[in-house]
Amino acid sequence: MSMPNLRVRLFGIACLAMAIALPFCVSTYYTQFFAKALIMGMLAMSLNLVVGHGGLVSLCHAAFFGLAGYVLALLSPRYDAASLLTTLPIAILCSGTAALLIGALVLRTRGVYFIMVTLAFGEMLFFFFHDTKFAGGSDGISINIRPEIAIAGSQLLDLDKPMTFYFVVLGFLVGVIALLTMVVRSPFGRALAAARDNERRARSLGFPIFRLRLTAFTLSGALAGVAGYLAAAQFGFVAPQMLGWHQSATILVMVLIGGLRSVTGPLVGALVLIGMEEVLKAHLDNWKLAEGLIIIGIVILLPNGVRQIWSMVFGASPQRAAEIKPAAAEARHA
Amino acid sequence: MDLITLGVQLLNAVQYGAVLFLVASGLTLVFGILGVINLAHGAFYMLGAYLAYWITLMTGSFVVALLGGVLVAFIAGILLEAVFVRLLYGRDHLAQVLLSFGLILVIDEIRQLLFGKDVHAVAPPAWLSGSIQLTDNLSYPVYRLAICVFCLMVALVIFFVITRTKIGMIVRAGSENREMARVLGIKFDRVNRYVFAAGIALAALGGILIAPISTVFPGMGDGMLILSFVVVVLGGIGSVAGAAVGALLIGLTDTFGKVFFPSVSSILIYVVMAAVLLWRPSGILGRQDA
Repeated sequence: MSMPNLRVRLFGIACLAMAIALPFCVSTYYTQFFAKALIMGMLAMSLNLVVGHGGLVSLCHAAFFGLAGYVLALLSPRYDAASLLTTLPIAILCSGTAALLIGALVLRTRGVYFIMVTLAFGEMLFFFFHDTKFAGGSDGISINIRPEIAIAGSQLLDLDKPMTFYFVVLGFLVGVIALLTMVVRSPFGRALAAARDNERRARSLGFPIFRLRLTAFTLSGALAGVAGYLAAAQFGFVAPQMLGWHQSATILVMVLIGGLRSVTGPLVGALVLIGMEEVLKAHLDNWKLAEGLIIIGIVILLPNGVRQIWSMVFGASPQRAAEIKPAAAEARHA
Repeated sequence: MDLITLGVQLLNAVQYGAVLFLVASGLTLVFGILGVINLAHGAFYMLGAYLAYWITLMTGSFVVALLGGVLVAFIAGILLEAVFVRLLYGRDHLAQVLLSFGLILVIDEIRQLLFGKDVHAVAPPAWLSGSIQLTDNLSYPVYRLAICVFCLMVALVIFFVITRTKIGMIVRAGSENREMARVLGIKFDRVNRYVFAAGIALAALGGILIAPISTVFPGMGDGMLILSFVVVVLGGIGSVAGAAVGALLIGLTDTFGKVFFPSVSSILIYVVMAAVLLWRPSGILGRQDA
């Protein structure tokens, strides 16, 4: 094992240890806050499979997130808990299927068409839940009782306890990180990146580009479903705004802040953005004005995310610099 | 449905499509010439409607509001191009999407500070406020007819400018082959600025015109943005004629969808879009190699 690789691993283990220790050190409010932030991080990481590794700027990711939330809400009995072990797979299946269907249409387009068409189809799902009555219309629906993890009638984990919920989220997060790392390093992930870097060459080498991208889009939608299910379970409420394109754009901001070239970067981006929102909300009435200006500033000054601050301040190691430069160059003709 | 009702719905569809065309043609021009995808386009539509409300309230004249609103939007466009949008040329789509998303948040808050978040109504000018009696119990407002005529005139002006003037020639050259046009000595810095400002002004114009027949409310820009994206995708990016075709198609689909299939009308335009994408992925009048 080479030195940098070892360092990365140690850093990862340290982060995980901190995440495990966290709920014992902070109040219940912050345990819930971090559970929410980790869910959003999971969502941003799932989007990055398409944006960072696939080179496709999708603006309908929130639709798959919200869809899974609605599936949980519609499957929850009014006075009883839904079973996580049956409803979560259904929710993932629904989000994945929606991603497969939408992906099959939108991946026929390129570049700016892709952005516009994903935006439009995302809004289609938004209006579907907004304008029809069966799922509560524009008011949304409440999930009165959290889903439970139970086998044969005996409850394994009590999700009503904030700390238990936090650890369940953390468990899913570790699982998603492991899965995405495996996918990115697999031959499939390499081929996906090849199609991003030079579509023509990848095509001439015989890679089935449409199928690769559709697979990535579907997987990304399904993982967004996991995040959406957990978010709905946490808030006990789903509304059409969960599927709206403002949500999709916010997830993209997280991806950009964290950097597009790593699996866990968007998680960092989510923590940074949600932390920033929390601070702004506490201190400013017009916090969205400040947020908008900060987003504009980040886009202009930090095209490779907050990691750039690190290399600006401490000077980039040659390896890092080599990593960042092609990233910027590739992004330009994406 | 009898023939007169059908005619009224047809007029509604054309009027809706005409306003949609104004907004979408601004979007498609900006993308065609500057190569920038501007999500804040809808925000200017919303801002135009609020300006129409505010100026009408202050001066009592809708015509002043029309001229003033367009002028304010044009100047705002010039400033925005000079400060922010200029930095986006050559950047990737992600940067463009997110910068314009940031702009939406900023514009929304500025609107909040200036006009509040109340829902408003705007009165059409007095000489256009009547309606034409079609049958005993059916009439059609003059203002809606006036919108059709006005939009048609604006459309003719746009087409004339693009196909018959030197500015139009530069614009067409820029969207066709930018590098070559630059080599031939055309200064795109200035062209970019005015095209962007004109695009923004068209969005605001749409908002101003729609203000008297719909309510003025904070979220109105979002719906319009999505619709104009659909129009641009249908027609083909960068093509003003395509925007006209797409806008008319969406106007007809939406209006008659509400009449014949009210339960699924909000989904219908996306079905049309999906069908067009299957048929021609680069739009009806778009270049198919793109």
